[in-house]
Amino acid sequence: MATSSAAAGATPHRVARRRDPVIWIIKPLVWVLCLAPLAWLGWLVADAFFYGGRGLTANSVEFINRYLGDWALRILLVALAVTPVCVLSGWKQVVRLRRLLGLFAFFYVVLHVANYVVLDQFFNWAAIWDDIIKRWYITVGMVGLLCLIPLAITSTKGWIKKMGGCNWNRLHKAVYIAGAAGCLHFFMMRKGFQYEPLVYAGIFASLMAIRAIEPLKRKFKQR
Amino acid sequence: MLIKSRNASDVLSSEITPKSVFEKRRSFLKTAAFAGAGIAAGALPTLPAYAARTPLSGVQKSKWSAESLPENDPITDYEDVTSYNNFYEFGTGKRDPKENAQEFKVTPWEISVEGACMKPGKISFEDLIKPETLEERVYRLRCVEAWSMVVPWVGVSLASVLKKFEPTSDAKYVAFETLFDPERMPGQRQPVLKWPYKEGLRIHEAMHPLSILGVGMYGEVMPNQNGAPVRLVMPWKYGFKSIKSIVKIKFQKTIPPTSWNDAAAREYGFYSNVNPAVRHPRWSQDSERRIGEIFKRKTLMFNGYAEEVASLYEGMDMRKWF
Repeated sequence: MATSSAAAGATPHRVARRRDPVIWIIKPLVWVLCLAPLAWLGWLVADAFFYGGRGLTANSVEFINRYLGDWALRILLVALAVTPVCVLSGWKQVVRLRRLLGLFAFFYVVLHVANYVVLDQFFNWAAIWDDIIKRWYITVGMVGLLCLIPLAITSTKGWIKKMGGCNWNRLHKAVYIAGAAGCLHFFMMRKGFQYEPLVYAGIFASLMAIRAIEPLKRKFKQR
Repeated sequence: MLIKSRNASDVLSSEITPKSVFEKRRSFLKTAAFAGAGIAAGALPTLPAYAARTPLSGVQKSKWSAESLPENDPITDYEDVTSYNNFYEFGTGKRDPKENAQEFKVTPWEISVEGACMKPGKISFEDLIKPETLEERVYRLRCVEAWSMVVPWVGVSLASVLKKFEPTSDAKYVAFETLFDPERMPGQRQPVLKWPYKEGLRIHEAMHPLSILGVGMYGEVMPNQNGAPVRLVMPWKYGFKSIKSIVKIKFQKTIPPTSWNDAAAREYGFYSNVNPAVRHPRWSQDSERRIGEIFKRKTLMFNGYAEEVASLYEGMDMRKWF
């Protein structure tokens, strides 16, 4: 039914789009998966608000902050894994998910910072500025945020055209700085010796290593 | 937003049977069934004298009562105080201690008293506490992580306990140690800190009337996740100074090493008095979030106990000796 009606009134290009699994299965799946943590947080907040649930712990502001930060870093690492997955598996279509994943990572970073500014500090700009300049882990986090803002702005097709592919690519290398800053921010925030931030840093380092090694391998093969 | 208004008729969350209690009832029923079976088999199981949520009897009121605190310092919700803990021996997450400490057995419990005193030796927890007066001490607790609570501790005067061992003139400091047993304290299987956890006080601080050995809270025995069976409570110092599950007390002449100071000396000093003027590399210490509230409040010098304790530090540069 769907294919016949589509075939009847649509151009061949549209038919191809509808049959493209990246568009009608994988991208919606990315949307659902990336919004699921936020939906869960929404449920925890509603549960706490209406039913006195304790899912947000005794310190809800801190819990929300950690939760959003965790997911921002996780999705950023998934976005950074797209290129290595493409290189290693040869599945080229995966690259089409990169922008969406990057924007979702940025989305969670913005929520994380918004929670900090609104609920944690309640717009106390003096205290926020104090944090940024005096507390190194917040300084590092801010560097990450500042790297991601221009990338989010220039993520549209229009901007790629305007800047030219070469310049655009060069600018978007800043995501590596953001990834490093995110991992370092997490590592510095934890007290004592803890494995969890090292796992994130290790994943980031591996993803960067694959990027560095693959072009070398190709060069070697060509000779 | 998380601001919640309550009608008088609303059921308070504190009135709802917490899941842990509910489950405990179940496990009690199970135990009872076992006991029945045991009697039938002719073997009576020995019931533990120390079980969670056991009320303590003979607790005296003290001058540090709930009424003595200002209106904006109401006692923090029991559920919050027992489910939001920094007790890395049971995991680094705030909810880990409640989850991982339930099976922790604190009987028998022995404390070793050592060093510069006339009567060193090993003493059971019961023998240590029994001769003392149990007092209710409602204190503010300020964590170095910029959150705070008001806890109705039950405890005994630390000075009174320490004097029994007759410290000598060499006893300038008192060192404390937490139990080291990775089998029972799963958090110790990770190298988060150099275990066992160590803390220390200057002898004058230890002998101060505010200093207590906490053995309970909310009129009941100390919950495992809060440092059962016996912990230090030093209300004018950051929470990490109040070492939990103590097994060793040592009088000594030299300044004792302390766990967080060993891990990051720049961040955690030996004294660690609550001081809004001395900033911390991680947290601004000039304000704090009271558990149960959203917006922060100003932190008070010595956590509001300046009148009582400031004289201990007269002439000291608090920025240097942070």
